[in-house]
Amino acid sequence: MTETRRSTTKMVPFPSRSIVPERDLDKQPILETNHLGIEFGGLKAVQDFSITVGRTEIAGLIGPNGAGKTTVFNLLTKVYQPTTGMVLLDGVDTAGKTTVEASKMGIARTFQNIRLFGNMTVEDNVRIGLHNQISYNMFSGIFRLPGYWKQEKRQHEKTMELLSIFDMQDLADVKASNLPYGAQRRLEIVRALATEPKLLLLDEPAAGMNPHETEELMDNIIRIRDQFQIAVLLIEHDMKLVMGICEGICVLNFGQIIAKGTAEEIQANPVVIEAYLGKQKEAEA
Amino acid sequence: MKKPNRRFVTNLCTYLMVIIAFFVCRSMIDAGTMSRSMKGQLVPICAYIVMAISLNLTVGISGELSLGHAGFMSIGAFSGIIFAGWLRAVVPDVGNEVRLLLAILVGGVFALAAGFLIGIPVLRLRGDYLAIVTLAFGEIIRSLLNLCYFWLEGTDLRFSFGSSPDPAIKYLFNGPAGAQNVAKIPTETGFIGGFILVLVTLFVVLNLIGSRSGRAIMAARDNRIAAESVGVNITKYKMMAFTVSACLAGMAGALFGLNYSTLQSVKFNVDASIQVLVFVVLGGIGNIWGSIISAALLYVLPEMLRTFSTYRMLIYAIVLIIVMIITNLPLVRGFVTQLSNASERRRMHRDGKIRKGDAV
Ligand SMILES: Nc1ncnc2c1ncn2[C@@H]1O[C@H](COP(=O)(O)OP(=O)(O)OP(=O)(O)O)[C@@H](O)[C@H]1O
Ligand SMILES: [Mg+2]
Repeated sequence: MTETRRSTTKMVPFPSRSIVPERDLDKQPILETNHLGIEFGGLKAVQDFSITVGRTEIAGLIGPNGAGKTTVFNLLTKVYQPTTGMVLLDGVDTAGKTTVEASKMGIARTFQNIRLFGNMTVEDNVRIGLHNQISYNMFSGIFRLPGYWKQEKRQHEKTMELLSIFDMQDLADVKASNLPYGAQRRLEIVRALATEPKLLLLDEPAAGMNPHETEELMDNIIRIRDQFQIAVLLIEHDMKLVMGICEGICVLNFGQIIAKGTAEEIQANPVVIEAYLGKQKEAEA
Repeated sequence: MKKPNRRFVTNLCTYLMVIIAFFVCRSMIDAGTMSRSMKGQLVPICAYIVMAISLNLTVGISGELSLGHAGFMSIGAFSGIIFAGWLRAVVPDVGNEVRLLLAILVGGVFALAAGFLIGIPVLRLRGDYLAIVTLAFGEIIRSLLNLCYFWLEGTDLRFSFGSSPDPAIKYLFNGPAGAQNVAKIPTETGFIGGFILVLVTLFVVLNLIGSRSGRAIMAARDNRIAAESVGVNITKYKMMAFTVSACLAGMAGALFGLNYSTLQSVKFNVDASIQVLVFVVLGGIGNIWGSIISAALLYVLPEMLRTFSTYRMLIYAIVLIIVMIITNLPLVRGFVTQLSNASERRRMHRDGKIRKGDAV
């Protein structure tokens, strides 16, 4: 089953450096990074990081623990400002932008260590994701002007629609911190989607999920991509998921890219096997 | 069918509680069963309820520990008093209601402006630092007020800073001696005004919480990084909570100030800020109706206990504990949160929303 998912995509070289899915070739790539790097007090956590992600590509970022994967996400979302290089989001340079501006430019993410608004309901969590999709101001809110009622209603419908992606409508009134682990991860994805992103970053979305849930998640990620026509860049240690749904894969080790390519290429790459898969075997032994 | 929203029911009960309490007090006054000293406490109670609700907006909803809330109250009190004094000189036959209303609005505006100016530097800080700086702010306001003198020449408002008083002038505000010759409002009018102000405060705070802005404020509190990642401008919403809170405190201050014929700025020192914080903490952080109950009970308590002189502090401490237990009791908060959480889980299991083997 995972075989069929992958073999539908043909990856083609993108001018100069990278590969993108053939269907995205004539479109502006959603993400381009050039020699992106950051140092933490002398430690080069990420360096010379250059990738291209196609408009509707599902891309994977893998690498051993501490390789710098989450740091890349933090650079893309402007939690950290890079010390070198640049990020083009949909062709626009994000230099000097804040996290909030990056979100408005169309980048959304989930977190490796779940960051929900724990004291609030599932519905409110998604509504906060819709924050910039509605526009009534504080006074309409306090005095309950017509704009409030109209937009709250639309927001509620939108929330339910988004929750239905993961069949979570019945959980709308549940406090987010009371959700089971897997559902919290799914809620984070829904909240990210609520911002109407063009690029969705998922940091270990399958962590803590059982094999059945992971299987479902794989289908859902593809469905989300198809439905919203967005690009997905995901970090994941579960190789079955990565090899199953990622079209282009980038391997990071000690902050540097050691390989880029399709799942077959990555699996056959001796450098990757040495640095990444070999390390795992070591750990298992 | 959509069951009535949990928050809606809680809010409705909160309004009802205030309205019922008001009418009980009114009928006690009419029946003559309320003691004189208790009657004198009615307006300050209303003012401190507003103080507690507004501080809860900063501390509970926005999650910033502020120790300078009485500073905003004093700005509201003295700007309201000075304005009311000036108004009496300009329009001598203006009604008490109008004077109170306008003074409250003036107090609110001045405190809002102060909240905005102070919020700019202060909200860059977090946690303990914010608490320390707001504490200092409250004291700075008080020290500055001790150097201010306001008086009227005809209908013109005059101001001087730092100069020692001229005994010939009849001051509206006389530095360390505070406000004098206040255009005081009778208790009856003040109580109705206070009741309305409590309702307005509830309306503003509860509606804010239930709107887009309120959700953004709480998101910034619950998880800063996640809130920014979905495009919520943290600074803007922290500022919004802080200034609205300051504005309401200023209104409470004006109401409070116009209840006395003289008022010193020492009434608004750190102790007053801490006292309001105690109301909020004991009433339950983020729990609006809890703030109302604890502010009302704990404000009148020292007065009521005067007859027990020896055991006063003992009883006060016991009541503190009881208030804390009541407002935080699972069963009392419970119909609202705890119990429904449990039933929620049960329902999720029943409906198969939680699968076997899922970690909860
Ligand atoms: N804010 C920071 N300050 C200092 N060092 C940091 C900071 N953030 C990350 N690092 C360091 O950068 C390196 C990469 O961390 P990162 O979290 O990106 O790894 P990762 O690939 O996501 O690992 P994992 O698979 O365990 O999540 C680590 O050595 C980490 O200690
Ligand atoms: Mg990581």
